[in-house]
Amino acid sequence: MSDSHRDSEPPYLHPDYRATVRRAPTRELVRLPPEWFHQLPGPVFGRVPVLPEDADLTQQHDGRPLGERIIVSGRVMDSDGEPVRHTLVEVWQANAAGRYVDPVDDHAAPLDPNFTGAGRCLTDGEGQYRFVTVKPGAYPYRNHENAWRPAHIHFSVFGPSLASRVVTQMYFPGDPLMPLDPILQSIPDERGRDLLVAAFDLALTEPEWALGYRWDIILRGRNATPREP
Amino acid sequence: MDATPRLESRRLSEHRIPTPSQTVGPFFGYALPFEDGDDAVSGHEAMRIEGQLLDGAGEPVPDGLVELWGGQQFKRCRTDSEGVFHFTVVKPAAGVEAPHLDVTIFARGLLRHLATRMYFPDEETANASDRVLNLIDPARRHTLIAHRDDAVLRFDIRLQGESETVFFAL
Ligand SMILES: [Fe+2]
Repeated sequence: MSDSHRDSEPPYLHPDYRATVRRAPTRELVRLPPEWFHQLPGPVFGRVPVLPEDADLTQQHDGRPLGERIIVSGRVMDSDGEPVRHTLVEVWQANAAGRYVDPVDDHAAPLDPNFTGAGRCLTDGEGQYRFVTVKPGAYPYRNHENAWRPAHIHFSVFGPSLASRVVTQMYFPGDPLMPLDPILQSIPDERGRDLLVAAFDLALTEPEWALGYRWDIILRGRNATPREP
Repeated sequence: MDATPRLESRRLSEHRIPTPSQTVGPFFGYALPFEDGDDAVSGHEAMRIEGQLLDGAGEPVPDGLVELWGGQQFKRCRTDSEGVFHFTVVKPAAGVEAPHLDVTIFARGLLRHLATRMYFPDEETANASDRVLNLIDPARRHTLIAHRDDAVLRFDIRLQGESETVFFAL
């Protein structure tokens, strides 16, 4: 990572987010030459079946989920702006009431029998991804008194190299919980935080169907896959 | 002109800031593990790796995700309530470096993931000349080498503490 971008990444230790205190490494991380590590090819996904319906989180059950239907779409690019093609993008999120299907979640909000909240897709030949889902609700967590997470969708993206891997969260514009959230605010630099906030996009919005949010993802390094013939 | 405006602007664009990392959170367990889990390899060459993910108090990390990549094998395992993860793999061939697996760790409380490596205990000669192991303080090298524990290879990952695992800068 170049030094000019360092303030755009969260530190490992950010005591306002309490769980970092006993989990952040304390020893200096060992720097390897990029050609020994960062630039090496990352995982391939021949075994992972990705089906078209995996990208529509509103169609995974017999009925339709409650909540505000949305389209979330964008482009996965490398740091030169070149598209990252055919890479795996995974998402998971709470339902419209702020509750995850995960059994670990004990928030007293209802589960939705028509919503699991997990999806995946491969980016297309232009690096584009697109999910249909419902807008997730905010939810409380036990970090500090009256702590709430802003509405967010978790994203996991691989890209072609070991250094391009990222797991992050996408937020929604105008959410009043964002300035209060130690997890988002762990990113020192405002430009960095802004990169995690999607933009409402009328062009992506489908009339009488769903609001559209655009969110591009920039992976570290020069990750562009070779141009297709 | 055959260059579209979009391609033009791409070429002229400055080096972009990478999308920052955020924690995987505690609620990924229903979404990220793959259907065929961590034991897709079988046969006499397969070996089982077991480890425990531990925090600075020596407590298990029950909401962690460990990914492993090497020799064209990609595995993922969610830690259980005791912080335990396990994989079945075939040892990758030696290359420029001694045989090893790239290990990536995600967890609630990790705002960014961590990267380390697992080397094999029966590769003493190759390990002794490995360029990465040789970069590391000899007193800490052992944190990157699994050890034989009956039928399994044991590879614990300590996020903090006296035997804190060596992690690599991303
Ligand atoms: Fe979450």
